[in-house]
Amino acid sequence: MRKGTLKQILLITDGCSNQGEDPAMIATLVAQQGIAVNVIGVLEDSQRENPPGLEEVEEIAEAGEGVSQIVYQQALSQTVQTVTKQAMTQTLQGVVNQELKQILGPGQTVDSLPPEQRGEVMEVVEDLGETCNVEVLVLVDTSASMQNKLPTVKEALMDLSISMNARIGKNRFAIYSFPDKRKTIKQIIDWSEKLDAMASVFPKLTSGGITPTGPALKEAMYQFGKSKLMRSRKREDESTFEQTGN
Amino acid sequence: MNPHLSKQVINLRPGSLIYGHWHKQRYKVISLLGKGAIGSVYLCERSDGKRVALKISDKSASITTEVNVLKQLNKVQGTLLGPSLFDVDDFVLSNGIRYSFYVMEYVKGIPVSAFLKKRSKDWLGVFLLQVLSDLDRLHQQGWVFGDLKLDNVLVTDMPPRVRWIDVGGTTQIGRSIKEYTEFYDRGYWQLGTRKAEPSYDLFAVVMLALHYAYPNQFDRGKNPEQTLNEKLRQATVLQPYRVCLERALRGHYQTSAQMLNDLNRILIKRQTTPMFRHQSITNKQVAGDTVLPLIETSVIGVSSALFFLVYYFFI
Repeated sequence: MRKGTLKQILLITDGCSNQGEDPAMIATLVAQQGIAVNVIGVLEDSQRENPPGLEEVEEIAEAGEGVSQIVYQQALSQTVQTVTKQAMTQTLQGVVNQELKQILGPGQTVDSLPPEQRGEVMEVVEDLGETCNVEVLVLVDTSASMQNKLPTVKEALMDLSISMNARIGKNRFAIYSFPDKRKTIKQIIDWSEKLDAMASVFPKLTSGGITPTGPALKEAMYQFGKSKLMRSRKREDESTFEQTGN
Repeated sequence: MNPHLSKQVINLRPGSLIYGHWHKQRYKVISLLGKGAIGSVYLCERSDGKRVALKISDKSASITTEVNVLKQLNKVQGTLLGPSLFDVDDFVLSNGIRYSFYVMEYVKGIPVSAFLKKRSKDWLGVFLLQVLSDLDRLHQQGWVFGDLKLDNVLVTDMPPRVRWIDVGGTTQIGRSIKEYTEFYDRGYWQLGTRKAEPSYDLFAVVMLALHYAYPNQFDRGKNPEQTLNEKLRQATVLQPYRVCLERALRGHYQTSAQMLNDLNRILIKRQTTPMFRHQSITNKQVAGDTVLPLIETSVIGVSSALFFLVYYFFI
């Protein structure tokens, strides 16, 4: 199997969308393009574990063939990196399952193999996870209630880049925030390998009242298109994983 | 696989039976030993009566990864690194839901802090040595432990020894650390990368000692490195090992053997100081010990007097 690029959107939000297209529908569309949508719901310290507004979080991730998690601020750093890595494994397993179906016939997945062979397959999945290239677009909800959580979000993203850059494979990150009056989403950091530049940009974020999650996700999807075009001009031979999911 | 079906967490009561789908072994649940991010560990009885630990989860991939690690560790010569692995299988419920599990040696022990409270704090140094020598063997095989922490070790009996119970974070050298805990992670403290290299584990050894000294842990503060140094200086229980721990924090040691030797030298030096010997001797020895020095002193006194006389008369 050739090394490819895994693509993910990581949505960090604290509430439900209230404007524009249904985010779950957009997430389905995004997943169709080979981009997994992961969602992290951030709770207020006073909130219960399963507040009503955050049901959407799980639905978007399911539709986007990604991983979701609802957490309190303090646990954000570790969650951001686990969610990203879990989603990578999930996508890669999906790819491996596709291959297995072609070799062994329909209905065959990693889980239907006996434990011994499953171990060997997982080693392959792990190898791929360590060596493949990854593109993560982080989409941060900066609506009013998120404002006091932004320093924690910044720290969590720095931490994510520490984790990802310990891998053998290459990484590219981009950070966008929403809502934005003119362009739906606002670029904070363009595609880059490290997130060090983020520190100076983050505090300047302004907040808005509405949460158009659906439109923001859709706009985020187009940012991959841009980077793919740029990349394919440079490296013609590079293939991408087009499948996501389990 | 249906994601909605797979999201269920398994809850097994004492007395429940777990059947292996592939290897047809049967396990009876005795009690719950612990719950983690990946799954639950139960104390079970195998059909031949042997007590074993069984880890079960709906996350088949994670179970498989851990099994791969255990297999590697079981290959390393000498005292076992981590529990030995007995069986790997699936438990399929009547409704078709499939859980993966593996069966390993039941490591019966008590937490490090409980042991040190019961016996003596002096054991801490020895435990650190044991951890370092286990790490040394692991590193030489090309692996890094990753998620080293107090929760992942136990002290077993006869003789007291530290054993690793959860090896899920073990990672090949050169890759990215698979699993870690913030307080123990040098990346979190801004003192290094999350790449699997021996020094990653050595940093965690220091944090192991610090976590013991500060059971409630502490925040990293504005200047994480300074925080760690201060906490290390203020921990009286760690004074004997401070020099070595400080060096490890600074990334002074490249291999576990270097840190092991350094710590070993400190421990041996402590044991030969007179105050230390004084504490551990019995009454009988006291009598012998006080008489002997008396004789020694008198012999030296007499001989030096003679020497003085000889010197005085002949010069």
